Order: sequence, then C-alpha cells, then structure tokens
Amino acid sequence: MGHSLASVPAVETRDLRRVFKRSRGSPEVVALAGVNLKIERGEVFGLLGPNGAGKTTAIKILNTLLYPTSGEARVAGHDVVREPGEVRRRIALVSGGESSGYGILDVRECLWMFSQFYGVPRAEADARVDQLIAALKLSGLAKTRINRLSTGERQRMNFARGFVSDPEILFLDEPTLGMDVNAARELREFVLTWTRERPGRTVLLTTHYMAEADQMCDRIAIIDHGRTLACDTPAALRRSVEGGQHVELEVLGVPDGLAEVDGTPVTWGAPHPERGTHTMKLRLADGGRLPLVLRALDAKGVAVRGVSTRETSLEDAFIAIVGRGLDESEAPS
Amino acid sequence: MQPAIARRPRHTGARLFVQATLARTYVRIVGSLREPTWMLSDAIFPNLGMCAFVLLYRALGAPRAYEALAVIGGVLTTYWINVVWGMGAQLYWEKQQGQLQLYFAAPCSRLAILSGMALGGLAATMLRSLVGVAIGLWVFHIQVAPFSPWVLAGVFALTMVALYALGMTLASLFLLYGREAWHTANAMQEPVYFLSGLYFPIRTLGAVGSVAAGVLPLTLGTDALRQVLLGPTAQGLLPLGQEAIALAGFGALFLWLAGRAMAYLEALSKREGRLTQRWQ
Repeated sequence: MGHSLASVPAVETRDLRRVFKRSRGSPEVVALAGVNLKIERGEVFGLLGPNGAGKTTAIKILNTLLYPTSGEARVAGHDVVREPGEVRRRIALVSGGESSGYGILDVRECLWMFSQFYGVPRAEADARVDQLIAALKLSGLAKTRINRLSTGERQRMNFARGFVSDPEILFLDEPTLGMDVNAARELREFVLTWTRERPGRTVLLTTHYMAEADQMCDRIAIIDHGRTLACDTPAALRRSVEGGQHVELEVLGVPDGLAEVDGTPVTWGAPHPERGTHTMKLRLADGGRLPLVLRALDAKGVAVRGVSTRETSLEDAFIAIVGRGLDESEAPS
Repeated sequence: MQPAIARRPRHTGARLFVQATLARTYVRIVGSLREPTWMLSDAIFPNLGMCAFVLLYRALGAPRAYEALAVIGGVLTTYWINVVWGMGAQLYWEKQQGQLQLYFAAPCSRLAILSGMALGGLAATMLRSLVGVAIGLWVFHIQVAPFSPWVLAGVFALTMVALYALGMTLASLFLLYGREAWHTANAMQEPVYFLSGLYFPIRTLGAVGSVAAGVLPLTLGTDALRQVLLGPTAQGLLPLGQEAIALAGFGALFLWLAGRAMAYLEALSKREGRLTQRWQ
C-alpha cells in the first residue's frame, strides 16, 4: 500500500457497526452502533466502558477476528476486512485470563513457538524471548512446563507472548484481569517502558480498572451501548465533568431522612458495623464551603468523627458521562 | 506525531509458512516424547487388536501371509487413530482451550498450522508405529520382503499424505460440527476398520465390498503397502500403480478440501463471531 508508517493513524474507525443476530427470532444485539476512533502512532489509548459496551467486539474487529456489519476499520492504514494479512503482520493481541500455549511445552518453548507464527527470524526470536523472560521475571520458570504454572505465572507468560513479535500495535484486552496488585503494577510499568523505548509503538487497552487507565493512557474513549460518548485525555475527561471537591464525612447521630446539608445534596454509604457511624458523601463546588457544612451539621446535632476530601476522579467522570459505574448494570426499565 | 518505526523485517510467504509449520510440528513431537503415558494409549493398545488377529490366524493354521497382513494393518491403525482423534479433533480442542483465536489473529497461514499438526502427528506416530513393527518382526516373526525400498517409501509417503490431508479436512469439520462430528466419527470407527480390511485381505469383501472399500484412502494405503511388502500373497485389490495414483489423487483432493474448509470456517467465524470463542 506504500503508507509511510508515521503518516497514517495506528487505528481508525468510521461509523463502525456490528450487529449480532440471535437464533429463534430473538432480537438482534447491536454491539457497536457507529464507533468513530482515531488513535495516533505512539499513543497508549484506553477503551473504557461498562460490561457489554462493545469494547471486546471492537477489539475483535480490529484484530481481524470479526467482520463489521458496516462502517470501516483500518489498522496501520490497512482495512481489516480487505487486507487482514497486512493487519495481522503488525499487531498482537493479549486478552486477560486467556490460556495460550500447550501445557506440555515450557515457557521458553511456548514463547518461541508464537514468535514463529509471526515470522520472527530465529536469532531475533531467541534473543527477544530471553529478554521478555528476564523482563517479566519468568527466568526461574523458563524451563517449567506451562501446565505446572500458577494462574498468575501463566498470565505473565501470556502477557509476554504479546510482545514476542514486537508488534507495531498491541491490543491489551483487560490484561491484568485477576492479577494480584504487584504483578499488575509490574506489567503496567513494563508496557509503559516498552512504549517509551520504542517510539511509535501503539497500545490499545481495555480495562476494568480506572486507576490503570488513568495511569497508563494518553487518551481514553468512553463507550457505552456501542457508541463513543467521550474521547480525550484523562485530565480533560476529569475536567469535562462538573468539578469541585468530593467530601466524605464519617458522622454519628444522623437524623432520619437527611438528604441535604446547607443546600448541598448528600448520599450515604453503608453504616460502620462497629463504630455505628455513617459515611456521608457530598460534592462541594467550592472547597471553601466545607466549614459551613460542618457548622450546619453541628447545628443539626450530627457529630463528625472524620473528614476526607478528594478531587474529581476519572471514575467520577466516567459515571457522569455514562450514568453508571464500570461494573454496574443498568436499572431495569 | 511520533517518528517512523524502525522495525526489523519479518518472514512472509513461503518462509513464514515453513516456519509456522515447523513450530507447530515441534509441539507434537515434544509432546509425544514428554508424556510417556501416551505411549501406552497410542502405541501399545492399538497393537493389541493386531496381536489378537495374528494369534487367531496362527491358532486356525492360516497361511503365514495372513499374519503379515494383520501386522501391516495394525501398524496403519496407529496412524488412523492419530488422524481421526489427534488430527481431526485438534482444532476443536484448540477452540476449547481458547487458543484458536490466537491462530486466527496470527499472520501465518492456517494451513501452515494444520500442516504442522499433521507433520508433528505423523512424526510422533511414526515412533509409536515402530512398536507394532517390532512386535511383528521380533515377537511374531512375520516375514516381509519389499521388492524396492524406494517404492515402499513412495507408497508409504503417498498413504500418509492422503491420510493426514483427510485429517486436516476432518479438523475443520470437527470444529464446525463439534460434538456431532465427534459422535459420528466414533460411530463410524468400526465400519471404517471393517471396510479398510486392516486385519484381513480386502478381496474377501467381494466385488461390491471391495469397490466400497476402495473409496477409503486407508483401504488403498493398506492394500498398496501390503502389495509392496508381501508381493502376490497380499491378494491386492487393484494394481499397485493404480492404487498409488488414487492415493495421490486423494492427497491432492483432501489438501484442497482442507484449504477450502478452513477458509469457509474462518469466514463463518468472522461473520457469526462464535467459532473462535470458547464453549460456544
């Protein structure tokens, strides 16, 4: 096709739509309802959305595993439907919780095997497998059969598999799903180092962890019901929702039906089982109003046992944009 | 905008095909060497039927050539079992493992993966079939005299290409039809053994039976190998040359079918989005 690598976006979709037909007269499911994305080279791009938002469908289409029903998707300038071979040479996919490789092989053999499916020359494959094994702290397991690895170890190996072909564009579909905190942090750092050391490499990440998206992504697209609701940097997304300060107060002696304090609506967390306190949550447009709120509570006979404040988080922005949290289902209609 | 990416070239085309084939072959060979329990199920057990027939012929005082027929049939049974259950069931198994989509997302040809499975299965089974050969030669003292080692090698190669190409086609069918194909293959196992004449001269099926059996590559391969190894006492079904041509035809046909079936399967998978998903 003669594209200059730097001149075309890593990923571009236009009105991407995918409808799944169900059998026996059930209604069809619209997984993607016209998604538009443009991911530049070198970006770590996050795709955030609640369960069933269409993230994995989008990833599958971009990985040439699904046809779109309509619209267009291009990866590294190549159409995923008409030029799947060109796309596959440039990408790799890692899905959290997947089980790659054969139990009978050891870690090193498994990584080598996948490098061969991507046409990596032998010497380069050997060197890269060694590097990945060392970088992902698999050295002690290099000669261990996969069927003897723990779940976490197997996930790390699976993660390493995504890098053996040194892809131009890496798709990470919830890569740290079910990992312990330390392992997940190490993998995030590994990805960021990888992109830093290889300018132009692109990562498209879907994740259920807001902090992960916030820490890793240059830009984030929020999708729901198969549509892109917002797409911007994490900071800009936070700014896009009504700002202010989020305050949590641990209080004692709450009068029944208290729904607002000094004109500010409040929501309630679960009561503390031992201290008998409640968590009162409110958002103040101006942090300077906090003393007024405390005085108003005092006037109502509410004892404040603790105060914590925080700025608007990505999760706040997500909830404001989508209308619910990542793991929350929609209210029944 | 970031600077252009300096990325080392990757092998493509025929070189990638060979590379992927060898990598997938490696899995099969390593697997067979690392898991000695497979020896029992794939090398010892399939030869028990052969031993039973040899002992039966011996007890009945049948000509010694019958014992050799049964041994050759027994050796080929090892390959047939591998073709149906090792090769045919492979993609279905890969799907259940959640690995199929990794193959479909890789740049190498799907036929390269299938070829690797076939080559690996053939190499691993070859080691196991030697157990049958050893039992025949050293336990039962059967006597074979190939009139040409080159013809023997050629007929064996044609038989294996036909059988494993059939296995490559079956792999797509098993994946497409799942448990139904599994049950069908199970149900057809004994009829295929019978029609293949693995343990008796195929001519004893009579003219109609022989023609019916002749459409099975396993029958033709067994018969052709017997003709090379035993000469006229093999009571061959067709002249050796015709059987060799038919085997080559079967090989080409099944390779073509395997490619078509795989392409159809991939298109279906992309259209419906379920074939590469586990448990669907």
